[in-house]
Amino acid sequence: MTTNSPSKVHVTTTINGQQHELLVPGYMSLLDTLRELIGLTGTKEGCLDGNCGACTVNIDGRIVDSCLVLGAEVNGKEVNTVEGMATPEGLHPLQQAFLEEAALQCGICTPGFLVAAKGLLDNEPSPTEGRIRHWLAGNLCRCTGYDKIVRAVQKVSD
Amino acid sequence: MHPFAYVAPSTVAEAVAELNKHGDRARPLAGGTDLLVKARANVWELDAVVDIKNIPELMTLTVNGSGLSIGAGVPCYQVYDNSEVAAQYPGIVDGASIIGGIQVQSRAGLGGNLCNAAPSGDGIPSLIAHSAVAVIANASGTREVAVEDFCTGPSRTVLESGDLLVSIEVPKPAANTGAAYTRFIPRNEMDIAVAGVAAFVQLDASGKNFESARIALASVGPTPILASAAGDSLAGKPVNDETIAAAAALAKDAATPITDMRGTVEQRKQLVEVLTGRMINKAVERARG
Amino acid sequence: MVATFEPKTDYKVVGTRPIRHDGYDKVTGRAIYGADVKLPGLIWAVCVRSPHAHANIKSIDTSAAEAHEGVFAVITGADMPKAESKLVDLGEGNINFKWASNKLMADDKVLYRGHPVAAIAAIDRYTAEEAARKVVVEYEVLPSVTNVIDALKDDAPVILPDMVGDDLGEDVTNTNMAAHVRHEFGDVAGAMASAAHTVEREYNMQMVHQGYIEPQNATATWDEEDRIKIWTSTQGAFPARTQIAGILQVDVSRVKVTPTEIGGGFGGKIPVYFEPLAAILSKKSQRPVKMVMERTAVFETTGPTPGARMIIKLGADANGKLTAATADIWFEAGANPGAFIGPAAMCIYAPYEIPNTRIDGWDVLVNKPKVAPYRAPGSPQVAFAMESAVNELCENAGWDPLNFRIDNASKEGTRRGDGVLFSKIGMQEVLEATKESAHWNAPIGDAPEGKVRGRGIANGYWFNIGLKSSANLAVNSDGTVQLTEGSTDIGGSRTSMAMHVAEVLGIGAHDVRPTVGDTESVGYTDVTGGSRTTYATGYACWIAANNLVDVLKERVAVLWDIDKDDVEFNDGSFSSKAEAQKTIGFKELAGKLDDLGGPANSTGSVDLESAGDGFGLHIADIEIDLATGKSDIIRYTAVQDVGTAIHPAYVEGQLQGGSVQGIGWALNEEYYMQDDGKMANSSFLDYRMPTTLDLPMIETVLVEVPNPLHPYGVRGVGETPICPPIPAIANAINDALGKRLYNTPMNAGSILKALK
Repeated sequence: MTTNSPSKVHVTTTINGQQHELLVPGYMSLLDTLRELIGLTGTKEGCLDGNCGACTVNIDGRIVDSCLVLGAEVNGKEVNTVEGMATPEGLHPLQQAFLEEAALQCGICTPGFLVAAKGLLDNEPSPTEGRIRHWLAGNLCRCTGYDKIVRAVQKVSD
Repeated sequence: MHPFAYVAPSTVAEAVAELNKHGDRARPLAGGTDLLVKARANVWELDAVVDIKNIPELMTLTVNGSGLSIGAGVPCYQVYDNSEVAAQYPGIVDGASIIGGIQVQSRAGLGGNLCNAAPSGDGIPSLIAHSAVAVIANASGTREVAVEDFCTGPSRTVLESGDLLVSIEVPKPAANTGAAYTRFIPRNEMDIAVAGVAAFVQLDASGKNFESARIALASVGPTPILASAAGDSLAGKPVNDETIAAAAALAKDAATPITDMRGTVEQRKQLVEVLTGRMINKAVERARG
Repeated sequence: MVATFEPKTDYKVVGTRPIRHDGYDKVTGRAIYGADVKLPGLIWAVCVRSPHAHANIKSIDTSAAEAHEGVFAVITGADMPKAESKLVDLGEGNINFKWASNKLMADDKVLYRGHPVAAIAAIDRYTAEEAARKVVVEYEVLPSVTNVIDALKDDAPVILPDMVGDDLGEDVTNTNMAAHVRHEFGDVAGAMASAAHTVEREYNMQMVHQGYIEPQNATATWDEEDRIKIWTSTQGAFPARTQIAGILQVDVSRVKVTPTEIGGGFGGKIPVYFEPLAAILSKKSQRPVKMVMERTAVFETTGPTPGARMIIKLGADANGKLTAATADIWFEAGANPGAFIGPAAMCIYAPYEIPNTRIDGWDVLVNKPKVAPYRAPGSPQVAFAMESAVNELCENAGWDPLNFRIDNASKEGTRRGDGVLFSKIGMQEVLEATKESAHWNAPIGDAPEGKVRGRGIANGYWFNIGLKSSANLAVNSDGTVQLTEGSTDIGGSRTSMAMHVAEVLGIGAHDVRPTVGDTESVGYTDVTGGSRTTYATGYACWIAANNLVDVLKERVAVLWDIDKDDVEFNDGSFSSKAEAQKTIGFKELAGKLDDLGGPANSTGSVDLESAGDGFGLHIADIEIDLATGKSDIIRYTAVQDVGTAIHPAYVEGQLQGGSVQGIGWALNEEYYMQDDGKMANSSFLDYRMPTTLDLPMIETVLVEVPNPLHPYGVRGVGETPICPPIPAIANAINDALGKRLYNTPMNAGSILKALK
């Protein structure tokens, strides 16, 4: 990829259920690994310092900011992104709820919110409004005021 | 960002060897939530990062009769999700639960928080209040440093080139002890402490008197601070508003904050006093169970 | 173009909540935003930026960067075409191409911190960043000014030596004062002198940023026949084209702008930043070039909204009627003129009928980024001053602040502060709806120990704009319709456009497939901003749909062999005036078009002089910790006249989003400037926009007073809701503490200080 990089790292990883074998420069973020090496541009760059959550992905069941993870670190791990949420049967219920509740305006933060919210509901199917707000505090949205986002997550909660 | 190599050793010896090879141009990588930001901003120009997360003892969290051992790479969520830790070390959990958002807590840990040595490090005051000790390895062996002596200035620590933090050892609290940490931030999450206070108290069997106490402060000096006089003032005193207020006033005196974008000297000193009172009360409540 | 319409009530599509057409791509990650653009051979570029707020560039040495492996091209100010000094209207602000060009890439002087001094294109972003560190720039640091008071001092450093300021029509030179304007009518001095009650106060506000989550970006190619293609995240492909062509000194037809999906703008993505630089780098490297801005640079170099100093004085008679008002306002323009003092003058007194008013406004250069529109630019500032002063007047005289606003409300025929007379407006209806609202009638409740609560209200106003829009329609044989419209879609607007078309044609919202066109596929369309999109582009869509009906009537006439004038169209069905049993539905007709003359297409365009004013009122309940000064908004309601809500969910969303931006502005957001002109808090961490955890649900009350200027009664709704929150919160804090804050941000530190 780059002309003057130190040695690249051989990475075998499962992304959205599919195994990938990659050569990743040591300094390359997981965010760029997904976007530039694999072409999964659904994960967005907002700040590059872990303060907006637009790049949220799930690694082995935990949500992380992919701008603060190196691509080399996901060797042997399972990574899930927004592109992996829908199935051939249809949208994930959270995706459907975001559409029905008008929980997105510009949509740039939406992939991060969806991956983060899924990370919550996978483990806690019935969170309170307070818990939803606490869990999503690492995801900034500047358009909606969060009201409809919280309602969409509530809609999918048991 | 200067291009750097990534290495992931599986033993402490290998990690130390890698760090020694590059001197100041290599750093251990735990959660990466500070390291990658600093590398990207060219605060640090690195030739290598040494991922410590494949070294088993650095990823181990142990709670037993002698205390709590937190591997240097253990992320925050593993600390607060552990029910034994939550029950016995609630002050440490208070700190681990508020570093960044959920995403950051999946990666960032108390070890990294300590090594990053921010004056505002939310994980550090409770470790100080608990008299925790940092275990450091280098090519010639290991040594221990009290957490209160670990940070030497903003982003500066006792770690020297080739040193690796292995774990943080927290002694098991005696009976009738309690601890708590809080910080003041303008938002409700995702923020840097304007001031932070940890309290650790030991009460007598009646629960009515302090036997001892340790108070530690964040964001009101060049490093997290052990406010010894504040804690010591409680020893042997009854638990009441007066003794707690006196300790809070001493904590305020121990604070040496600056005015910056996050707050003024006056505001920070007032916050230390207010939060110290609140945290001593909370620690007492927890000590009484 | 001016036409007036009678309000309709029996809508089939308008007022429903269909799922937005672009939603599926946006919840699955498929939608292409600016940074997602991929082209064969694409390379990346970054800027080298000034660490100083004000400095002469003594020399730039790019040789080491050029020699860096992987570098394709390096540019500096010397590579920028020299543009002439000329003002061009962009709809929500003007542009002078000489200054606009210089703002993107410094010539011989840097005017704000982060000002680009060079740009480097390389094989990838990491390589470009590494090479950028090898550019050596020698600066002569100059004193800088970062507030209006310092900037207007006699010995202040002059930021643009070639600028001629306009002081009430007089030319002034060697100054940072770009303009001084005045609006005055009535006997202000006399009315103020005879007022029974007066209040006079000074208010100060720090600069704040739009805070969109997607950073600025651009991808460009410059080919061998000098055709320039740009893919970018912009609020207006055509205004972007105007700017890019002006800065590059080429004809507009040489530039094709393809707007990508856009990750928020709020006005900040009307100006271009990277587009011309990427184009020049592409010309030099013969490769497609992409640039994505780092967040620090977004804060330090892209359009914030002006910081302000304001002095306001109000006079009222003994019966609680406003009789006189004066205001002197100084707004920070940043390093180029254009601080929105005009809109501020239009908005300041708008919610009130005041017979005697004066406003003086100054547009002042400072060594900060050139401001850009931010949601009702200029209005939130003056709303903070005006609505705070109104409450203080009420408190002093013992008047109820809501009844006072009702008694003094502007209405049809009221003269605005800049002299314009209102047509049909909904200020009074908003105030009545507030009085009946659940929130206003609910007690605030008891605060926990150590805390206090307060409630505040404030009005807000934005005039909304019309301007130019275009839309094209084409009928598909399956009875659906393709819509290509020129407004980039930031918040679901393409669905509202489709709903306009569907309502006319009597088909479903999802029978219309809307696409945002590029500059070569649809007619000229002004920016998505000013609260004009649903109003003006929706209007163009309505015209296009009616034109399509007209085209289809001809086809029906052929089908039935009757005269076109004998064909009627109602509710999606064509019929014969003469033989009522002869009908054909839109969908059936669509399938027969091949035999009736082939494809049926239409276009619609508008150029609207006026828009229909937007008024709102917000209610804020706050809870404050007396020991720490920490405040929390515990209940919040936005009431607004929205004309007709085409898609109510997205109208609510505009009110909620605007409210929360205003809440952030009120409580924590600011440009915290160091003495050396550096913004100390140029990250999301320290800029402190509200998170989910900082807010309650945001209640909305949609008041519908149809706008007679739009066929369905639409009023712009996006801008107004950012105006009331700041004063509503100031008034709530005062209600809670009995202490009034006159400066933003009204953060915990300010509250603690006020409590001393």
